[in-house]
Amino acid sequence: MAIHKGRGTCAMNYPIGMNLGGDPSQALVHSNPEGKFTVALSSIDLGQGMKSVSRQVAAETLGVPVEDVYVDTADSDTGPHCMGSFASRGTHRVGNAVIAAAKEARAIMLEAAAEELEVNAADLVTDGQGNIHVKGAPGNSISTQDACNAAQFKYGQSVSGRGIFLIPMSDVDPDTGEMSTVSCFAHTAMIVDLEVDDETGEVSNVRINSAYEVGRALNPKLVEQQLIGGAWMGLSHALYETTEPYYPSREHRPYSFSSYPMPGPGDLAQHDISILERPAPDGPYGGKGTGEMCANPVLPAVANAIYDAVGVEMDELPITPEKILRAIHEKQRQGA
Amino acid sequence: MSVEFRKDLFADERDDDLNEVGKPTRRQDILGHVTGRSPFFDDHRFDGMLHIRCVRSPYHHARIRNIDTSRAETMPGVVRIMRGADVPVNLNTLLSLLDFGKDDEPVLAVDKVAYKGEPVLAIIAESEAQAHDAVNAVRVDYEELPHVLDVEEAIKPGAPSVNLTYPNNKFEFYGGTDKQKLRFGDVETGFARADYIVEGRYQMAPIEQAPIEPNGAIALPETNDRWACYTSTQGLFFTLGTAAKLLDVSSSRLHFIGGTVGGGFGGKVDGLCEPLAILGAMLTGRPVRYVLDRAEEMQVSAPRSAEVWYIKDGLASDGRIIARQFTGYFDSGAYTRLTSYGVVKCTGHLPGPYTIPNVQSDLYCVYTNRTPATAMRGFGVTGADFAIERHMDKGARAVGMGPLEFRLINAYRDGDMKAHRRLAGNCALIESIQAAAARANYPLTSEYMQMSSSQGGGGERAQIPATRLQDGSELPAGTRRIAAADHAPGLIPQVGVDVPVSGKPSTSATPAAPAPAQAQTQFAASPAMRGYGASSLGQSAPPPAPPPPAATPAAEASPPPAAKPQGSPGPRYSRYSKIGNRRR
Repeated sequence: MAIHKGRGTCAMNYPIGMNLGGDPSQALVHSNPEGKFTVALSSIDLGQGMKSVSRQVAAETLGVPVEDVYVDTADSDTGPHCMGSFASRGTHRVGNAVIAAAKEARAIMLEAAAEELEVNAADLVTDGQGNIHVKGAPGNSISTQDACNAAQFKYGQSVSGRGIFLIPMSDVDPDTGEMSTVSCFAHTAMIVDLEVDDETGEVSNVRINSAYEVGRALNPKLVEQQLIGGAWMGLSHALYETTEPYYPSREHRPYSFSSYPMPGPGDLAQHDISILERPAPDGPYGGKGTGEMCANPVLPAVANAIYDAVGVEMDELPITPEKILRAIHEKQRQGA
Repeated sequence: MSVEFRKDLFADERDDDLNEVGKPTRRQDILGHVTGRSPFFDDHRFDGMLHIRCVRSPYHHARIRNIDTSRAETMPGVVRIMRGADVPVNLNTLLSLLDFGKDDEPVLAVDKVAYKGEPVLAIIAESEAQAHDAVNAVRVDYEELPHVLDVEEAIKPGAPSVNLTYPNNKFEFYGGTDKQKLRFGDVETGFARADYIVEGRYQMAPIEQAPIEPNGAIALPETNDRWACYTSTQGLFFTLGTAAKLLDVSSSRLHFIGGTVGGGFGGKVDGLCEPLAILGAMLTGRPVRYVLDRAEEMQVSAPRSAEVWYIKDGLASDGRIIARQFTGYFDSGAYTRLTSYGVVKCTGHLPGPYTIPNVQSDLYCVYTNRTPATAMRGFGVTGADFAIERHMDKGARAVGMGPLEFRLINAYRDGDMKAHRRLAGNCALIESIQAAAARANYPLTSEYMQMSSSQGGGGERAQIPATRLQDGSELPAGTRRIAAADHAPGLIPQVGVDVPVSGKPSTSATPAAPAPAQAQTQFAASPAMRGYGASSLGQSAPPPAPPPPAATPAAEASPPPAAKPQGSPGPRYSRYSKIGNRRR
């Protein structure tokens, strides 16, 4: 009867967006007369922060402060089509659509600014603080508010833009499985240290060290929240959760959270994270998506660490104390 | 918890001088969320709102002989009982919106039930409690049928037919085949040359997505002969399209409102509640609310699919994986939902992020008499990656290497050919391993710390090998059959920093500029692109953006196509537009 320490590792990548493509998203961007922008979408914010990322991407592209942008979603009468929030596609697909729409609106805003300043629009830059000025001559400037106002009230221009992002759908060769899957991948590697009690089969003191490569962390706090929350779900998948504990038997199924175990606050792993950013060539500002990948590495890394600790192959999820104990007993029986 | 950004890595590929992107800006909606004021679908209440509860099958598999609702109809508060015959188009498959698979699932079962919990009737009452009481008063006369719950049993001859659309309990993939194949090189030759063979079996559990907010919808008649629907869906137009098909109405008569959702994790893609809520509103003329309770959410809304995996590796004594073979069974439950998509996505993901010269996979989407599975976080990948990464540890032990060292020498790199015949680029597996090792004080020698994703790939590793097909014939080296300029640099413009953005595919039939050397591409799919451009982008599409810098090859690029064999499938881009044509 002893506590055994173990270390397990793994490495993975994850495809961004719907496999085979064919999953467009659209965005509409427009300004009110005070230069405040609305981004209209039909994309879903599940809590992952899709609205916030879209807002930052729009502000960056328009060249206005983030406070001047609000994202409105999702009403099918006002928001243009989006395939949906799944497949780690929101940041990548919606982000690209928002950039396209914001570019179009920005061009109209700059045209109006150029008229007002009597310069060429190609010579204008935005400072991100709400001002448009001549490149190299910050004194020769106009506010984004005044430019948007002039566009609408002097020049009769709608400061607006339309954007869509589509990767056309690939076919699949039935003989070889040849296909164009997705256009970019996120990456991760993980090292898990834990302890296994060979008397109870319980796993405790889980400590995670990880690296996640996300293209670009468009909002580092949201990335951090995704990664920590995702690892929690991964730990839950590894050690606790299933709707059918004796799959493929359908006996002993849970019907509520009281019989469907998930880790509580005391079971949270210590988790130290390194974030890498290798921008995706077709990602919005290089961004990929971390929403799904971040849960995956915990499952095998925990199983590998359990093998390292007590020498049993845990190849069926979830790895409950019952399974660990049965495997330890079987190993002892075979050794005896 | 500590988080560090390794800005030192890939710094030459990144401009970090941005105004808003990269800032930890507080969320636009967080004040509403933390003060409980953000409007979720179930925060809407309407005068005269009715409630739905479903009568559900108590059997894994049974014929429905008779349904007696006479007592339920007279119970207090009961307004209407909906049967399968009330659903205008009572058969659907979710991916019909992408023209993939055959309609196989009724909204309300008619002749038979194929899993415990399958809805048979939907009772609409003044209160949820009254609907619940009426459910218990319905008498359904079932004749129990033999059932099958094990994926490997289900595809044996003589197994009970779970799904009448696919009587052999196997989904039909591209070309009508009963499995999704992946063939790259010849695994048998690889195994014959291997110093070690490592085999394993793995099992992924069915898992509940467990959002705090369950699946639900509130539908009500709007003016102008339309219906509004407040919904928890993860795909607003996806579910709107599904409802329009099932209810046989124009999509213009449906108005969906959602967007603020209490977690989904893949469990809110199936549109379980919206069609019945809208149908209830159509039949009663009143607002109708249909929300799953927690027990339904756990057991009769769709879980992550269970999977059974077999992996066989052939290893060289120096640690290289020279052949890898998969057989996998995805447990779809009684109907397809999205599992077939997960299988194809998984096939494109194999053999994991490693460069292996011989890869073979056969994946099955299998029907069993259990709750239909659907998407969940990591869909099509989580179970495979669990199996692969368990197997990698066994391989490392077989060859006597450290587990991360074994992964590093097999890691894919920029310019490598992947098993689905597309070049890899924008890789960062090696750097991720190095960074995690540094974080955990895992001792990697300088040989491993000096490896790089951008070095050592391509060349021999970029070749498509001669490939043994299932019928025994050999496909010549270099063969590509799928026209795929889809992801080529120049066609999808690089977006973001300092690059003019069109954000949409160029309508040009040829690349705007030469593609990077590692991702040389011909544009075989131009007719469809032209078609799309003409209909949607108009003549005013902005000019194509310049290609990305050669130092950053597209993550997934197409090699030059080999001679295209006759009879190979042509590009099909107009799938979604078919929907528009079908509708009134």
